[in-house]
Amino acid sequence: MNTPPSIPSSQPFFSARCRACWFVAGLVALIALSFWSLDLAWSSFFSMDAVASMGRFVGEFFPPDLSSAFLLKVWKGTVETLAMSLLGTIIAAFIGILLALPASSIRQAGQASSFVYVMRLPTRAFLNVLRAIPELVWAALLLISAGLGPFAGTLALALHTSGVLGRLFAEAIENAPPGPAAALQAQGVSNTRIFFYATLPQVLPQLMSYTLYRWENNIRAAAVLGVVGAGGLGQLLSFHMGLFQMSKTATVLTAMILLVALVDLTSYATRRILSR
Amino acid sequence: MIAQTSHISHTVRPARPAPERDPAWIGRLFWLTAAMVIMWPLLVATEFKPWILFDAQSRKSTLRFLGDFFPPVVNLEFMTMVAKETWRTVAVATAGMALALVLAIPLTLLSTRALSVSALTGRMATMPFVFRQAIRFLLIMLRSVPELVWALIFVRVVGLGPTAGVLAIALTYGGMLGKVYGEILESGDAHASTTLMRSGASRMQAFFYGLLPQNAAEITSYTVYRWECAIRSSVVLGFVGAGGLGQQLDNSMKMFNGGEVATILIVFILLVALADRVSYVLRREIG
Repeated sequence: MNTPPSIPSSQPFFSARCRACWFVAGLVALIALSFWSLDLAWSSFFSMDAVASMGRFVGEFFPPDLSSAFLLKVWKGTVETLAMSLLGTIIAAFIGILLALPASSIRQAGQASSFVYVMRLPTRAFLNVLRAIPELVWAALLLISAGLGPFAGTLALALHTSGVLGRLFAEAIENAPPGPAAALQAQGVSNTRIFFYATLPQVLPQLMSYTLYRWENNIRAAAVLGVVGAGGLGQLLSFHMGLFQMSKTATVLTAMILLVALVDLTSYATRRILSR
Repeated sequence: MIAQTSHISHTVRPARPAPERDPAWIGRLFWLTAAMVIMWPLLVATEFKPWILFDAQSRKSTLRFLGDFFPPVVNLEFMTMVAKETWRTVAVATAGMALALVLAIPLTLLSTRALSVSALTGRMATMPFVFRQAIRFLLIMLRSVPELVWALIFVRVVGLGPTAGVLAIALTYGGMLGKVYGEILESGDAHASTTLMRSGASRMQAFFYGLLPQNAAEITSYTVYRWECAIRSSVVLGFVGAGGLGQQLDNSMKMFNGGEVATILIVFILLVALADRVSYVLRREIG
């Protein structure tokens, strides 16, 4: 047995190590508490009974319903999902930029900005609330006023995404180089024009790439929003699963996975091409 | 359109003052019209009818529901229940992440190119390559099924309750973590690990002494970020019956109990803000 290494006496290394120890200990405790406090049904999951029911469940998926009438329905659901995600993202981009203006702290832009500067914190808080509530929860809340269907889903996507985009846009605007705006301001150009002719052209590429990135996320989100009744493929899925029509469920599931995989592949390929 | 623009720019003399009107207005008008034409089918497909938000029936029920939000329900019994469900939400996310790690770490080690012995000398051999691609495909499959769909399936198999939520998070996040860990390991400087393997170290030794120390900070920080995301999805999973805050929210909403909905939403926003904060601080510490 070799002797354990002595603890180094240098202070910073020791304290850093101890913080890491605390972090790990806290993590282990959190995980242990989580497993202990949840009444997890492992026995029923690993029992022969569960394996059999899982097998039966998967077996019922085959053969998937590939009749042309149903495929047409699934196709319509897919188009609806894509349309929801696209429209939701477009609306969110507009709301996002409207909210990003008061949320970004450009103080030196003349007299009107003192009011804008006061609005900064409330707008940021509002953006955080929009962002904190997931799309699905927004959809469930909106069902009351917008009714069942893709409209509620589109609005839900738009609300959550405008929270996300608003924050990203605000950061982009804050980080834009101030030169062109200052030059126009020195000429006495109004704030609106400064925004449209100096700030916006500078940050537009970044805003576009954020928006595209969120669109990609939103396609994935739109696919499942229908589970609470907000249109798209998810609505077909929960409808047919609720009726235990497993062969139809299998078709919808396949369409969903293909859609998500296709989006992933496209974005991966685009990134590869753009970064080359 | 193009001809007209060039015509305008041709007649502008340098000494003239800046034009009052936007010189590019024709182009802008064209793109605006084009955008509207493209938008039209989208509006049709999504049944976009904003006016139904304002018709008498919908306005009445919305206003009644929103009116119920104030005051939020804060009696002791309800708050105890909300506190319990909040913990459950965090616990489902944490347990799911723990299982996701159990799934992701071995799959990462099996699929990463950075630990290939045959790739040390030129191209990777065929069999290891096929094997790695197969594991990668498995990770993509796990990740492509949204956690909500996994939860719907598991609720059928193991019944309502947190088990379905934990399994759903474990599978989807296992796929995500596995893929991203692999990318992190491959993107770093491979010099230390390849040197170790070239001089006869085993793959595990190369991982623990070469790759892991190099990439530990990035991996930990990504894991913490995903844990934050898992808390958000754990709430959503409650909507399909996986327990936690989401399920309570769903129940209260179905009973049109605005006060309870308001309380749960506030607690949820605070929870997300807290997770956001904790994750931010931890990631900054890890650096």
